[in-house]
Amino acid sequence: MTETSPVQVLTTEVPRAIAVDSGAGASLALAKYRLSLWLKSPRPYLMLIGFAGFLGFWYLSVEVWKLPRFSQMPGPTEVLHEWFSKDPTYGLSIFIPEYYMHIWVSTRRIAIAFFLATVIGVPFGLFLGWSERFKQFVFPVFEFLRPVPPLAWVPLAIVMFRGSETPVIFLTFLASFYATALNTMLGVESIDVSYVRAANCLGATRWQVFRHVIVPGAMPFIFTGLQISVGVAWFSLVAGEMVSGQYGLGYVINTSYTMVRYPTIIIGMATLGLVGYVTSAAVRLVGDYLMQWRTRELALGGDR
Amino acid sequence: MVATNVSKSYGAGEFTKQVVQNCSFTIESGKLTVMIGPSGCGKSTLIRLLAGFERASSGTITIGGKPVTGPGLDRMVVFQESALFPWMSTYDNIMFGPRARGEDTPEMRSFAELLLQKVGLDGFRRKYPSQLSGGMQRRAELARSMINKPDVMILDEPFRGLDAMTKRLMQEYYANLYEEFRRTTFFVTTDIDEAIYLADRILIMTNIPTQVRTVIDVDLPRPRHIEDITENDAANAIKMKALGLLHEEAMKSFAGGSKAAADFIDAYSRRMVKG
Repeated sequence: MTETSPVQVLTTEVPRAIAVDSGAGASLALAKYRLSLWLKSPRPYLMLIGFAGFLGFWYLSVEVWKLPRFSQMPGPTEVLHEWFSKDPTYGLSIFIPEYYMHIWVSTRRIAIAFFLATVIGVPFGLFLGWSERFKQFVFPVFEFLRPVPPLAWVPLAIVMFRGSETPVIFLTFLASFYATALNTMLGVESIDVSYVRAANCLGATRWQVFRHVIVPGAMPFIFTGLQISVGVAWFSLVAGEMVSGQYGLGYVINTSYTMVRYPTIIIGMATLGLVGYVTSAAVRLVGDYLMQWRTRELALGGDR
Repeated sequence: MVATNVSKSYGAGEFTKQVVQNCSFTIESGKLTVMIGPSGCGKSTLIRLLAGFERASSGTITIGGKPVTGPGLDRMVVFQESALFPWMSTYDNIMFGPRARGEDTPEMRSFAELLLQKVGLDGFRRKYPSQLSGGMQRRAELARSMINKPDVMILDEPFRGLDAMTKRLMQEYYANLYEEFRRTTFFVTTDIDEAIYLADRILIMTNIPTQVRTVIDVDLPRPRHIEDITENDAANAIKMKALGLLHEEAMKSFAGGSKAAADFIDAYSRRMVKG
């Protein structure tokens, strides 16, 4: 690690520029280092073996052994051929603009619902954990509504909201909101009382304790909650899209079923898996960035 | 800072547990008062009362004549377990108090620089607590308290759980800090050598429910050196006296069913046979 002389710190302008510069360079070097480390580790290869095993099982059971349960199921060669075909038999592949329309519509719904669930759920959970009185009022109602699955809300959602877009977003929001709020509340309750005492002792006001102790202290739980939240968002989105909606991956799967386009069902499912994986990873990345105090230990030893 | 007839009990009715009973003592201004007593005797409870996190069941605690009603900037507590905010760098932790009061001034910043150097953390200002060693964390915590220039510093077994080498280093760091700033200090420990090395006055506490058994003045010259303490006759006399009293209290606590006391009694009797 590099020693920082007091003089360097007292003259603020110059070191700040250096810090920014070395910061960007260091993060690029860090990314490269991590990539090479990852490639050297057994992880990527085990992952490939895992996927190969999964596809192999699918291939063998459908196309080679023709097991009775799988007789209606399209095999991987058929699906892949359809998926990457310029002229797909059933009308949906990566060369068809409509495919991206479905992805876009689903992702947009997730984004809106997830955004709303986060913006409402995090403060709501923080207050649940922070104020005993608020919790006594609200938490029993919350716990009463939480076990009601989003699917059970479908009829009410359609009755309450006009059009096809809002009910789907509402259903998606619901599941997301519960996960975020509950984890945030647990996060606040997990904070060691000695941090609050220390802050009180150091002269912090109630608001400062909230801002500088409660919020950052609950952050690890909040991001666990957000990862769960984005997962269940996809879950209830597809449920919603199957019932109402004109676009989206859930709609693709459902209409392909009624119109007997079986390979397209698999395309829809695989696409869901991919897009869901990407959204979870994005949430994790944002969390790591915001909680550098937890990830710094893994950095390249520099003290900035 | 004066405690008069302070009592504290938990629970009610037949489940009442009296932890502190009619406890009176004075933390003299500009002096380092060390409180030592058998484990589980209610020292940490007393700390919470002095800090204002809890209220005494009866009796009064005053600071400069004014009663203590809650946590305040006039008393800084350094806790047994590290209470550095894990999400802030060393520097931000130290500056938390001044910033909370809106005093992020150049004077404060240079005082923070001074303290960082005094506790040997100058090169670690941007590290998060998880990146610091146990000893560094304790030092950072000392600096975070000292920057607020409290009237009284309250330390609750601050070097507990550190390995022997680190502990000794910390005691030296701490003694230097104290000798430089001479801030009124109340220091709780279970380590008799630490008590004699640091203290101006030692309060020896009784078994639970706790009160002050004896006050011993330690008038060894400062600055002190740990090596000298072991060879100094006056220091050894104090140590023997203190150990004798602690042994008596530990025996009572043992009779009351304390396992922690058994270890102490065992160690004490071995030592006496050997010596």
